[in-house]
Amino acid sequence: MSFLQNSLPYILAGISVGGQYALIAIGYTMVYGILRLINFAHGDVFMAAGMFMVFLSASLPLGAAIPLVLLLTVLLGFLIERAAYKPLRSAPRMSVMISAIGVSYLIQNCALYFTGGLAKVYPQLPWLSDTVTIFGAVTKRVTLVTPILTILLVVGLSLFIRYTKVGIAMRAVSKDFETARLMGIKVNSVISATFIIGSLLAAVGSLLYFTNYASVTPTSGGMPGLKCFVAAVFGGIGSIPGAVIGAFIIGIAENIIKGLGWTTFSVVFTFALLIIILLVKPTGLFGEKATDKV
Amino acid sequence: MSETILSIKDLKVNYGGIEAVKGISFDVEEGSIVTLIGANGAGKSSTLRTIAGLVKPASGKIIFRGDDITNCDTNVIVRKGITLVPEGRRIFPDLTVQENLRVGAYLRNDDIFADFQWVYDLFPRLKERTWQPGGTLSGGEQQMLAVARALMSRPKLIMMDEPSLGLAPLVVRGIFDIIREINAQGVTVLLIEQNANMALKVADYAYVLETGRIGLSGTGKELLTNDDVRKAYLGS
Repeated sequence: MSFLQNSLPYILAGISVGGQYALIAIGYTMVYGILRLINFAHGDVFMAAGMFMVFLSASLPLGAAIPLVLLLTVLLGFLIERAAYKPLRSAPRMSVMISAIGVSYLIQNCALYFTGGLAKVYPQLPWLSDTVTIFGAVTKRVTLVTPILTILLVVGLSLFIRYTKVGIAMRAVSKDFETARLMGIKVNSVISATFIIGSLLAAVGSLLYFTNYASVTPTSGGMPGLKCFVAAVFGGIGSIPGAVIGAFIIGIAENIIKGLGWTTFSVVFTFALLIIILLVKPTGLFGEKATDKV
Repeated sequence: MSETILSIKDLKVNYGGIEAVKGISFDVEEGSIVTLIGANGAGKSSTLRTIAGLVKPASGKIIFRGDDITNCDTNVIVRKGITLVPEGRRIFPDLTVQENLRVGAYLRNDDIFADFQWVYDLFPRLKERTWQPGGTLSGGEQQMLAVARALMSRPKLIMMDEPSLGLAPLVVRGIFDIIREINAQGVTVLLIEQNANMALKVADYAYVLETGRIGLSGTGKELLTNDDVRKAYLGS
């Protein structure tokens, strides 16, 4: 019983962080799936969502601030794509990637300007921040809410992509821009929809993630962003279930390592995992194999 | 005499820095099968891709049922009733047969159930494979799927870019039977082919494209018996 009491908080935290990572990782994997672009700015969009929350909650009630945070983050993701990626649609892939790195630093430095470089205190979200006790383990309620909400969102997203017209169009566009256009699909609208979904999920992830932390800084998006990118690669970039499973594995493994007392090595583990997966199975757990029949 | 459904006027298209189409004009009569034949690089594909709006022309006009569609976007052109079955079939390999067909009907907001029945009647093989990913079909079946997918938009004009490419002779015959069948049901067909023999046999009217210009034209029968055409494209 004491073993359970000692280890359960870490496992719970792992599942919870894994869920938050999953919500971010989906944005990486969806954008890669459709544009073959690693959107380096995605982690910073996640940070920006945190900043929006800090500033909006200072003057608005939470009931108004939260929807506005989601809306602004979606708008940010949409505008980034329109301004920095769309004009480069026919440019070499490397140019778009460099543009993404540029956007990442642009957002970070804008945040630096608005915060004056100070860590901003993240608001306490009532109910989510409350502590609860399960099986003798004390934790915040967000720890329990996160995996449930994540799974609901992932199931919803999967159904959307599987059965709706826009979802099928997304899958068509991800394979072949030109033929998708011949079907009458507006490729740019579908790409925008992808960024909107990715940013929305990152905003939800940010609400859950920062609830566990005291503050947001302009570089808060960096490390979670990188870890989620690793999760997406580990699961097989382009695959949504892959990204989700990769994120949960990384979240749980990190916290188990922390529980064992090797906190310093938890990040080492994540990046060692990246190297190993690239060496052993470069397409990741669920990555697509290139078997196009002509 | 039926009406002209598509009219191309002095169309010029640049492709990769060269003038691929150097000012061609031709008409397609409603309800007919028209073919453009010609060697590789004659500008056949560029012509169809320009009509479909994938490529913007350097100059010239494309008139479809009285409307100037020269600089319209592809989705507008598809909505007006033109569809292109691209070269190399280009079905979506990860999507099932049924999903491929649904994408074909992307712009339709009305009930498409009857159209599923229609294309499954035309291609019973596809019905057997409804739930299979497109990528698992054979080459001939993929071509059927590409044609069926195009038909799902309920086109008035269907353009086909080399539908016989890389298919066995027996399968090619099947494809041409289908072209006749679709045409008999009222869809105008604009076909480009390297297999000039088959194309001319099925065509009501034909144009020969030579390095971006129209050389000869005539009914399919006339060109089949024309000595120049026989030498250059029919190998006899």
